[in-house]
Parts: sequence; C-alpha cells; structure tokens
Amino acid sequence: MEKTKRDPLFHVSKKDEPGFLAKTVTLLIAVFCALLVSALFIYFVTGLDPISVYISMFKGAFGTTRRTWITVRDTCLLLLISVSLAPAFRMRFWNCGAEGQILMGGLSTAALMIYCGEKIPTGLLLLIMLVTSALCGALWSFLPAYFKAKYDTNETLFTLMMNYVAIQLIEFFVDVWDKKQSHSVGIINMNTMGGWFPKILGQQYILNVLIVAVITVFVYIYMHYSKHGYENAVVGESVATARYAGINVPKVIRNNVLLSGAIAGIAGFVEVAGISHTISKETAGGRGFTAIIVCWLAKFNPLSMILISLFLVFLDKGASQIASDFGLNTFASNIITGIMLFFILSCEFFNNYRISFNRNRKEGE
Amino acid sequence: MTVAQIVSWLVSAISFGTVIMYGCIGETIDQKAGGLNLGVPGVMQIGGIAALVSAFLYEYNVSSPNPFVALLLCLVSTLIASALAGLLYSFLTVTLKVNQNVTGLTLTIFGTGIANFFGGNMMKLSGGVGTIFVATTSNAFRAKLPILSNSHAPISMILFSHGWMVYLALILAFVAQYFLNHTRTGLNLRSVGENPATADAAGINVTRYKYLASIVGCMICGLGGLFYVMDYIKGTWANDSAIEALGWLAVSLVIFTSWKPKNATWGAYLFGLFYWAYVYIPADISRYLANKMNLQKITYMQNLYKMLPYILTIIVLCFVSHRKRRENQAPASLGQSYFREER
Repeated sequence: MEKTKRDPLFHVSKKDEPGFLAKTVTLLIAVFCALLVSALFIYFVTGLDPISVYISMFKGAFGTTRRTWITVRDTCLLLLISVSLAPAFRMRFWNCGAEGQILMGGLSTAALMIYCGEKIPTGLLLLIMLVTSALCGALWSFLPAYFKAKYDTNETLFTLMMNYVAIQLIEFFVDVWDKKQSHSVGIINMNTMGGWFPKILGQQYILNVLIVAVITVFVYIYMHYSKHGYENAVVGESVATARYAGINVPKVIRNNVLLSGAIAGIAGFVEVAGISHTISKETAGGRGFTAIIVCWLAKFNPLSMILISLFLVFLDKGASQIASDFGLNTFASNIITGIMLFFILSCEFFNNYRISFNRNRKEGE
Repeated sequence: MTVAQIVSWLVSAISFGTVIMYGCIGETIDQKAGGLNLGVPGVMQIGGIAALVSAFLYEYNVSSPNPFVALLLCLVSTLIASALAGLLYSFLTVTLKVNQNVTGLTLTIFGTGIANFFGGNMMKLSGGVGTIFVATTSNAFRAKLPILSNSHAPISMILFSHGWMVYLALILAFVAQYFLNHTRTGLNLRSVGENPATADAAGINVTRYKYLASIVGCMICGLGGLFYVMDYIKGTWANDSAIEALGWLAVSLVIFTSWKPKNATWGAYLFGLFYWAYVYIPADISRYLANKMNLQKITYMQNLYKMLPYILTIIVLCFVSHRKRRENQAPASLGQSYFREER
C-alpha cells in the first residue's frame, strides 16, 4: 500500500533582504526572547526574581562612573579584536587564532615592560611595544596564512592549535619571570608604572579608546576605499573571479591574514600595557572567540560592531555582577551570552527567508 | 626509561586517547553528513556535567547508592543532554541555515558556561561547601575486567587496567566504520554529505539525515565528556577548561584519521602519547636543555613539552593538505547548509 502524502504544514522560500527598520524589529524580538529564556534559566536555577537580577546587571555595567569606564574599556578591546578579524573573515578565512595572536602581542609587551620598563622613557617604549606586538601577532598568523594560501590547509584548526602553542609559551615565560614561585607574574612595574598607558585628562583609559578608534577607522578605510581592500572583497566573493581578474590570490590571503594577526597582536598590547599590566594564559580570556561572532553578526559594519561589542560586554559585566551578588561563579555570563547569541543568530533566517503556512491544507489526502 | 614508566605512559595515553576517540567518532558521523560541528568541546562539557550533576544528586539524596543505578543514570542523562545539544545545533544550522562555524563556536561558549557554572556552583546551590565528588559512581565507571586485570605483567597492565568505557570506545569506532561504509543508511548519510541535492533527488530525506547525524554524533561526543569526568579525572570537576583543548584535538583527529573512525583507534592513542610526553621525557634531556637556556628549574621545560600534541596536529594538518589524496578528502558539502530551492 502506498503511503498517504500530506501537504507540509508550512513552506520556506527566499525573500529580498528587508530594510533597516524590519531588521531592527526582528533583532529586538530576538533579544527580547533571549532575555525571557535567560530569565527562566535564572529563576529556575537560583530562584531569584529575574527583574531584580536584570536591574542588578545594569548596575554592574553602568552603576558607577568607574564601572561605566570599565565597560567602555572592555567594549573597545572586544571591538579591536573584532576589527582585527574583519580582513581575514571577508575572505572566508576563519581566523580562530585571535586568542593566540593576542597572547603573543601581550607576551612581547610584557617582556619589554619587564626588561626595558625602567630604562626607556614611557612614550618611546609604548611606541616600541606597539610595533613589536603587531609583529608578534603577525608572526603567529603567518604559518596558518602561508599554508592556507599555498596548500589550502584547514585554517580553523591550524589557528586553534596555534592558540595552545601560544598558551604554553606564556606558561613557560610566566615560570621564568615569576620571582616568588607562585606561577604568576604579578603586576609588572607596580611602583614605577614603566610601560603603562599614561592617564590623559585624569582618565586612565582614554589612550585605549584612542588607539582602538584610530585602528577601526584605518581598517574601515582600508576595507572599503583601497585597492587592497577591494582585492580582499573579490577573493571573498569568488576565488575563481579573483584569479580571472589577475589578482594574486595567495598573496592577498597572506597579506590580509598578516594584517589580521598584527591588529590582534596590538589588542594584546592594549590589554597588557593599558589594562591588566600583567600576563597570564587568561589574558585573552576567550575574547578571540566572542569576537568571531561579533564580526560575523556585524557583517563588517563598524557601527554594528560597536553596538554588538557593547551589548556583549554589558551582558558579561552584568552576569559577573549577579555572580558576585549571589555568590555564584562568573560562568553564568557564558550561559547568558550563549543564549543571546543563539537567538540573534537565528534572526538572519527571518531576514532572508519567508515562511508561508499552507492554509488550505488537507489532512491525509 | 624503566618498564614501569613506559607502562604508565601507555596507560595514561590510552586513557587520554579514549576521551578524544569518542569526540572523533561523533564528529566524523556529523561531518560525513556535511555538518562541521565546532561545538564538540561544548557538547563534551555538557555531556560530562549532565552525568556529574545527576550522579551528585543521586549520591547525596540516597543513603546507600547502588553503583549500577548510578551508572545507568549517568549514561541516560549524558545521552539526553548531548542529544539536546545536537538538536539545538541542527535546528540552527539545518532548519534556520545559520553558518555552521559560528553556531558551533557559540555552542562551545554556551557549553563551557553551563558546565563550569554547574560544576562550580552545584555544591553551593544544594547547600553544601567544597567541590563535587562522586565516589560510588566514579568507581562504577572505573571497574576493571575481573581476572584479566589481576595480573601485574606489563602487557596486561597496558591492555586491561582500564575502565569499561575504554573498550566501548574501540567497539564504537569499528561499529561506526562498518555503519558508514557497509550499510545502506551509512551510504545515504555519506551521499547527503557529499552532495545533498543529488541525495534529495534520489529520495533521501536530507533534513532528517542531517538532524540524526548531528544528534547521534553529539551523543557520542557526550560520552567522551562522561568518560573524562568519571574516569579520567575520577568523578569530580575542575574549572580549568582542560576538556576544551581535548575537544579541539578531537576535531583535529577527524582530519588526521581522514574521516575513517577505524583510524581513530590508534590515532587517538598516539595523540595521548604526545600529550603525556612531558611527564616521561627523561630528566637528562630536560636538564641539558634547561642549562642551555639558563633556566632556574628543569620543570619549566614541561611547559614547552606540553606544546607537543598541538605541534603534532599542525604538522599533520599541513601534511594532509599537502598530499591531497583523493580518498582522504573531506565530504564535499562540509560546512554548507542546504536549501532545496537554491539548486
């Protein structure tokens, strides 16, 4: 006997990209749903009132001037890392190695702070650190870039493995530099502040913001208004087209991934010299991965990158606040971030596809 | 190096290899259907924590916990939790057509959060202090084969001194190999991964195959997490995200084995040997190198030795891509989502 066939309940078809307003509404609905699911999670696990938890989150991120500055500082750092990924990503080069590149930039910065912090004046030292951290980051992205360009080696796993090599290198130097046998470097140049970012206008993090702003603008101009940026876009759209147009594809891949690594290295410099003044394997703290998602969601649009970074940092700070208020560990922030991202990622489907329900559906016809 | 050292090196390598062997088998099944799941570290952690939490709740609420019940409870909760993770992944990537890399990475962030949140807070949430420790359940997982494991001869130490899940992994690897290459369902699954449009035209339900491959694949990855928690670190939790590194190694192992689960049986142990090498590299070599580098202590060298499994992976990746043998390539549609109207 043949199986009876039914019309499907609904039907999916492509549609044109919607306007800005429609997209924003979809996004807001997704964020609302995510907040709802997170609230359920918070309620069932901790038994706390979600509304007061969300208020507590807001206070955690913007409660005092100091906290607001910390949120701004971390947003800038995440933005810088996301910006660093953009040139690689537009070519569909999945640079999962930002973590390692940040660590290497941070390592070179820490080394200069330790060995030259008291010998070279801070201004000059900062400049040297900027350059070396960019070189170290680029160095760490060189091998994956070279092999991707030449043999099409899987860059996702290659860059991931480079992260772990970097982590072990950090662990090694932490042991070498550690004077108290505590497996930690401690705050470098605590008294002399050699190689620390100086305060500008009485604020500690102005220089961080400035560096990130300059690099973001630079990358934006590079990607949209330069010949190299255009070649990058062509390679991303179609390698075959690029080859036909006479673009040297391996060279474009190599140069853009090196640029990506260099900026990630600078992010390590900002983190070590401008924020933590120490180095450990936690220096990158998973930001390299979060940045991948920021970069993907923002579709390389710098304004969206700023907003998404701010939003994720807000969630992170907020969740840490809940954690300390209620004596839980900070991994709650990963959970809430995860839930939020799942929902925001789903948005894209509703922007690109239309679901039509079959009204005249007949059962078991 | 003494015989005892070699034996203990091999034993720890096998134990380590088992964790990534589960991950590798699960990921291979998923990838054969075209799903590049970078959420393996997250799924492993979800599977591991599900077992640990259920064992914890059972052991702390029952006065004399029965090992067999605990074992069953752990298996069921791991399989359910990791199947849910697989369902989430396939819903996003297959139905909603979200990019697979991004979804996988998000799943890893989420899984790390879930696992470390419950791993670190379970005791506090249930009103106790300290870290979780589930002795009865862990012992049930580490139960050794009777008779065969009694002997202390080196060869029987290497082969028989493990918990039962080590052998289960080996069986699973061969079953998966047979399933993929010698059954009708396996053939259909591979055709979905190679060319979903053709498979669709041949009447294969692409969506269903992709869903099932992700879910079953994640369930097997979850078993890796279960083994890690109950056997490898003996029934407790460590917030050191060591398991995350193992998850990535498992994904790399898929390429190393060129998508053939049977190769995972020795490949995983080889990775294990490299991972544990830092403990067994002779002290003379370390002393020599440490002197050359002017180090205060020779133990500092261990940090550098720990790079070995990752460097091995990098070399393997380069080598495999350099050779480009036709039968060793990834499934053709790996990483792409399928939309029927876009053919």
